[in-house]
Amino acid sequence: MTDEEPKRTLVISTIENGTVIDHITAGEALTVLRILGITGTTHECVSVATNVASLALVRKDVVKIENRELKAKEVDRIALVAPHATINIIRKFRVIEKKGVEIPPVLIGVLKCPNPCCITNTNEPIQSRFEMHRKKAVCSYCDAVISSDISSHII
Amino acid sequence: MSGIEVNEYVTEDQPLTSMHHIISIHDLDRSQIDLILERAGQIMTEYAGKEPLKGKILGLLFFEPSTRTRMSFESAMLRLGGSCMNLGGVEVSSMAKGETLADTIRVVSGYADAIVLRHPRMGAARLASEFSSVPIINGGDGAGQHPSQTLIDLYTIRQSMPLDHINIGLIGDLMYGRTTHSLAYALTHYHATIHTIAPKGLGLPDSIRDNLLERGAEVIEHDSIEEIIHDLDVLYVTRLQRERFPDPAKFYDVSSSYRITPSLLSDVKDHLAILHPLPRVDEIDPMVDALPYARYFDQARNGVPVRMAMLTEVMI
Repeated sequence: MTDEEPKRTLVISTIENGTVIDHITAGEALTVLRILGITGTTHECVSVATNVASLALVRKDVVKIENRELKAKEVDRIALVAPHATINIIRKFRVIEKKGVEIPPVLIGVLKCPNPCCITNTNEPIQSRFEMHRKKAVCSYCDAVISSDISSHII
Repeated sequence: MSGIEVNEYVTEDQPLTSMHHIISIHDLDRSQIDLILERAGQIMTEYAGKEPLKGKILGLLFFEPSTRTRMSFESAMLRLGGSCMNLGGVEVSSMAKGETLADTIRVVSGYADAIVLRHPRMGAARLASEFSSVPIINGGDGAGQHPSQTLIDLYTIRQSMPLDHINIGLIGDLMYGRTTHSLAYALTHYHATIHTIAPKGLGLPDSIRDNLLERGAEVIEHDSIEEIIHDLDVLYVTRLQRERFPDPAKFYDVSSSYRITPSLLSDVKDHLAILHPLPRVDEIDPMVDALPYARYFDQARNGVPVRMAMLTEVMI
């Protein structure tokens, strides 16, 4: 036994290849996974840290996904719940690409239309489709407008 | 006319072709609206003695009751020399067996050259356009869009005056009345000033108002019709629905103050046009029918030429 202080380590380990989503709004990591379609039945090796101390956000969540490089279309919808998130693509332990997120102009299959009379809320073989207009999401089928708390409508 | 709602698809013979649908008034720009209205104005003489749609079949898929829309589309098609095919009752259709609308449309688009769809679900016509191999015309989808009604409204106004810079009063149930929303939207192309007169709780929805303002329209609320009637070029009347009022006494009280009577019209502009999408109940006194301002029966009659113009637009 030694008197040496325990070594300070990262909450979650670094990854060799894959994607690190950093600066997620605290508490939204699991929502981010849901948006990315990562569930308990998928095969990705995923690490999640919540409420990590952050200089920029005070508290933040971090998600690391091994051996999967997320594409722009996949990550942009993350902006709905984590507008400050950054996406880091990792290869051989090095960050080879770093980018922010931006809500895409069209969201397909991401939001559930709040209008119970909308055709998308039936058994028809279609996905919901919303167009973004000045931070409002407008249903392409029934023109219903989601103007606040868009993330609560994520499917 | 190039493209109203255009689905582009690739065929073996042609590398790229296009198909027109008429789904929402929001899809039409001013020049497209003007073209349909102009065509409607000339259609009776342009095709007199001709049968431009001879051999074509129009599928009428009405999943909700309708008299005027269905009959006027049918009349329009017959006048153009084509023929119509009806769904029959919804209760005997495959919808009753649980078939999706998407499948119904796929099948019927193999039988018809164009389809007019009325459906209780909002967005049904948009969905249909994604699954159809023939043009879709929206004949009303629930509380959503009903573009042919808006085109008829514009056409009727244009018979009395140019559409630009008019003062239009929208009176009645502006919360749930889809015709007023679509007409107000379309009139933003023509820089109209929109005056609203509605009972408390039945005014224009905020999302519609915001959209009109964003499009540069001037929207002015009024407490009573008397304060603005003298300045109006057009008065668009809609029905107040009894079921919107929990208290029947309140309904009678409110509806009487929104009733259009001859005495209200004693000092209005000579060219005032009163429109109503019909059916009316008590909101316009029958005595008004005889006045030159009453245009609602012309409006109903205009359903045929406007729908003829729409049919030729998508099928020729």
